[in-house]
Amino acid sequence: MQIIATFASGLLFGLGLCLSGLVNPAKVQSFLDIAGAWDPSLAITMATAVLITWAGYRTVFARRVPLFAGSFQIPPSSGVDARLIAGAAIFGVGWGLVGFCPGPAITALSLASWPAVVFVLAMLAGMVTARQLVAHRRSETLKSARHLSS
Amino acid sequence: MIVRLAFIAGLLLAPVLYRLASGEPVALVVTSRVPLLLAAGFLVGLGSVLGGGCTSGHGVCGTARLSKRSLVATSVFMVVAIATVFVARHVLGGQ
Repeated sequence: MQIIATFASGLLFGLGLCLSGLVNPAKVQSFLDIAGAWDPSLAITMATAVLITWAGYRTVFARRVPLFAGSFQIPPSSGVDARLIAGAAIFGVGWGLVGFCPGPAITALSLASWPAVVFVLAMLAGMVTARQLVAHRRSETLKSARHLSS
Repeated sequence: MIVRLAFIAGLLLAPVLYRLASGEPVALVVTSRVPLLLAAGFLVGLGSVLGGGCTSGHGVCGTARLSKRSLVATSVFMVVAIATVFVARHVLGGQ
């Protein structure tokens, strides 16, 4: 059931991306191009999405546990650190350069878009690199903690 | 893992369903400059994992939860993305 529900969620998300034009890098970049031919319509899309998600969460999180899993998986809300800010900045540059972010890029694969293929391959490489960086930092931190306590 | 693949499967089916339901193709206009695609893709991958989210993760879900981390991350990437487009289009004169 969890698989079906997750599939339905991805499908709904993808349909929203197609309908709103968020899947289209040209439209995204027009939304980001405030000094040029600015297309603010995606702001309405994002605002609506946030509002509906907020409303949905009120229903969902009123439950103790989700329907098809043992517990909710909620990322931490507090603890703004350098990694968060650096990650967001790096993401922002990448997003601005082409106009693709992960969801739209993957959805675009279905449109036989070869640029999307190139982008997604590079994105996977970036994700693996980030994981290695984080794992390396973690082991270095553990090493120095062990050194200090010995 | 299977659950994540199910999500991706949903994403991939969406344009097909959209086309069937609306009779219209999905508009997609994107650069064909390979170095740009490689650089942008890599940065998006790196940044979203490092930062723990992207436009949907932080921008929609996290913001809807009023997560301080997400509000900060969203503000940062929005400003940076706008600045990037500004530099690329109006300073460097590219497209």
